[in-house]
Amino acid sequence: MTPVEKTIGNVANFVDERLGAAGWVKKSLNKVFPDHWSFMLGEVCMYSFVILLLSGTFLTFWFDPSQRDVIYNGVYEPLKGLKMSAAYASTLDISFEVRGGLLMRQIHHWAANIFMAAIVAHLLRVFFTGAFRKPREFNWILGILLLTLGLVEGLFGYSLPDDLLSGTGLRITSAIIQALPVVGTYISFFLFGGAFPGTGFIPRIFTLHILIIPGIFLAVITIHVMLVWYQKHTQFPGVGRTEKNVVGHPILPVYMAKAGGFFFVVFGVIAFLSAVASINPIWLYGPYTPGQISAGSQPDWYMGWLDGLVRMAPPLETHAFGHTISWNILIPALIVPGILFTGMALYPFIESWITGDKREHHLLDRPRNVPNRTALGVMSITFVMVCLINGGNDILATNFHLSINQIMWFSRIGVFVLPPLAFVITKRLCLSLQRADRDLLLHGSETGRLLRLPHGEFVEVHEPISTEKAFLLQSHEQPIALEISEVDSRGVRRPGALKNKVQRRLSKAHAVSVPKVSEQELKEIEHH
Amino acid sequence: MDDSIAPAHAPRSTDIDPKAEKRAEQQIAILFGLSGLGSLLLIYSYVFVTKDVFIFIPVMGNQNAQQLGIGIGMAMSLFFLGMAAIHWAKTLMSDVEVVNHRHEFRSSDEDRDAFVKTVKTGAAAAGLGRRKLIKRSLGAAIGLFALPPVLLLRDLGPLPKKQLETTNWKAGTRLLTDPGNRPILASDLEVGAVVQVLPAVEHEDERPLSDIAKDPVLLIRLREQDFALTPEKLAMTHDGIIAFSKICSHMGCAVALYEQQTKHLLCPCHQSTFDVPRGAKVIFGPAARPLPQLDITVDAEGYLIARAAFSEPVGPSFWERNSQ
Repeated sequence: MTPVEKTIGNVANFVDERLGAAGWVKKSLNKVFPDHWSFMLGEVCMYSFVILLLSGTFLTFWFDPSQRDVIYNGVYEPLKGLKMSAAYASTLDISFEVRGGLLMRQIHHWAANIFMAAIVAHLLRVFFTGAFRKPREFNWILGILLLTLGLVEGLFGYSLPDDLLSGTGLRITSAIIQALPVVGTYISFFLFGGAFPGTGFIPRIFTLHILIIPGIFLAVITIHVMLVWYQKHTQFPGVGRTEKNVVGHPILPVYMAKAGGFFFVVFGVIAFLSAVASINPIWLYGPYTPGQISAGSQPDWYMGWLDGLVRMAPPLETHAFGHTISWNILIPALIVPGILFTGMALYPFIESWITGDKREHHLLDRPRNVPNRTALGVMSITFVMVCLINGGNDILATNFHLSINQIMWFSRIGVFVLPPLAFVITKRLCLSLQRADRDLLLHGSETGRLLRLPHGEFVEVHEPISTEKAFLLQSHEQPIALEISEVDSRGVRRPGALKNKVQRRLSKAHAVSVPKVSEQELKEIEHH
Repeated sequence: MDDSIAPAHAPRSTDIDPKAEKRAEQQIAILFGLSGLGSLLLIYSYVFVTKDVFIFIPVMGNQNAQQLGIGIGMAMSLFFLGMAAIHWAKTLMSDVEVVNHRHEFRSSDEDRDAFVKTVKTGAAAAGLGRRKLIKRSLGAAIGLFALPPVLLLRDLGPLPKKQLETTNWKAGTRLLTDPGNRPILASDLEVGAVVQVLPAVEHEDERPLSDIAKDPVLLIRLREQDFALTPEKLAMTHDGIIAFSKICSHMGCAVALYEQQTKHLLCPCHQSTFDVPRGAKVIFGPAARPLPQLDITVDAEGYLIARAAFSEPVGPSFWERNSQ
């Protein structure tokens, strides 16, 4: 035994005699993780969160979260002598006087954007592959919670510097709060500590941004990851992979080295971006004052689609009995997102209700094999993209010499027309891909070699595909439409006729698919 | 499906060729070396490069050398450290896949029954079902217990009172330029000019931001014949000068973009567009109401003043807003 081994042995012995850790550590280190590039998306989320914690902590050492008036007397000449909040002045100091401060600010902001992008990409991967199905519904809901928290945390974060752009964002936030019927005005006055912009909001969202929300994040991410650990990761179908096993690399050493290395790669890429690509140059915007604004005011990308929805809303307000209800704010800013996020959180249960499938699933779906779900996903993406385009309508209009009114009308109509269109097209594409799979299995792959037959006919030579590929193409289950009769076994009409009808129709739509190659057909091919 | 089918495994060049293995080892060492170089670059830039040095880099333009050096150094030290670990894992560590088994998550029937029994026994021991008095008083206590935490937040801010309904504009308030706080003669404005004004108050240099969030007014001078206003609204203008609240009736942004050709005011936040000659009528976008118009005239010295306060609240809508 080398001296190093001896020392490690002694430490391990010390710990184990007190905690009995060897048992579960051994079990944990044997844990297997399946490999697929798309499984890294969740890792990017987690790593950018760690980067946010590190860079954010650095920033708190200099940031002064106060709306107290100060006269700026720092090194940035254009703003010298101007009255501004301590929050803005200290952000200028971090950018210009703390060595590496600007870099850290940019790392924090880039990491936040990448964090949100990775959450969305990870969510889409989980959705399109059906990884949210039983037993993982809890984790899906926790994921939606993290996405929602991320939106709020991001908004608070870019509001803290109290520059002209972020102040405009807060003005809009306060108008949304104020639009709430009955309690809106009061909530707004309490949150801002008076009439907008008040004196309390920056210090209050600072506490939320650096303590409360990260605390919730930390707890929810821990549960999210522990559940993945406990329930074991899903895997893509393939030879040797079943619902009853998990095939991959053990955590020690391969997975640990790859995942650990990947953290540093993500951090390195974000650091590089932050070194060369400027983000949120607050010194160009100037301090916030409600009487001014800069043209092309844009939120961060993950809020852009919400802003786009607000922009395209029709000018509707109800004035009655001495009260005002702003539908032009409530619908796009609260009601539609509320429905979307609730629907998203409940989707695993909705799908299981439609398919009647209550089994556990650990093998992932290829998106084409579940056309309805895939089409629904693309439909949602299309909806958000139309909103996002409208959120940047002023920028698009300026850069592409378009009329802002035309973009707005395109979005107003497109937001209703394009998502259903995307649904239909995607569903058809999925079915076409299924047909292509079937062809591939029955006739093999095209080789590009042409053969002339004795009687003059030209044919292309097809080669049979590998057994692994053939296995993959026929390993999926084909959905079967639920049979819900309107009468029960005694011929009495069952209650909930409408509910049954909806379920039957949805189930039928969900089960549309190209028939899989049957055993019979495969046997016939072998005889050829 | 058969559990015994082993996943396919093709050996890598590093598994069979000692030379390739040696090469991989060297590559990993080089990657670690690059990471170290990055750390050194960071330290050098932090300690020895001063803040006022700028270097020109094609495409990026002039860059602050210190920030760039620290950033690139940090990026290198992190990125290559990660790449080294990954390269190591991919080339030299075992890539044989292992199989773990899964088990259904549902507990056994005995466990579930035992659980139900435990809960029932516990509940029976507490006797909550039987003891109605305790049950009710507990409910009442918990209900009351929820109130103090909410009440304790009451002092977060003052009550709204009439703050959203009122501004600092009153009959006779002078219009002062913003910035500058100078009174304005009607003749100061040429046709087509736009000026931002604030009301004259006691301490003009110390206006709270909450006043600047509702007081700003835009003065626009048109030719008299350009107006298409009701007689009452026309009477609120002075000599071709019309005054609107600058705070958007949609979400409160500053309506700062004036198009001289079309005489439209545009809010940069959500593109609500207001037609100035028609009393800032909404002609496009999500805003539901025109910008409130301020009644203006001139005082004895010829300076522009407000003839009356705004007749309606300025800014975004709120529940208590009486629009009748």
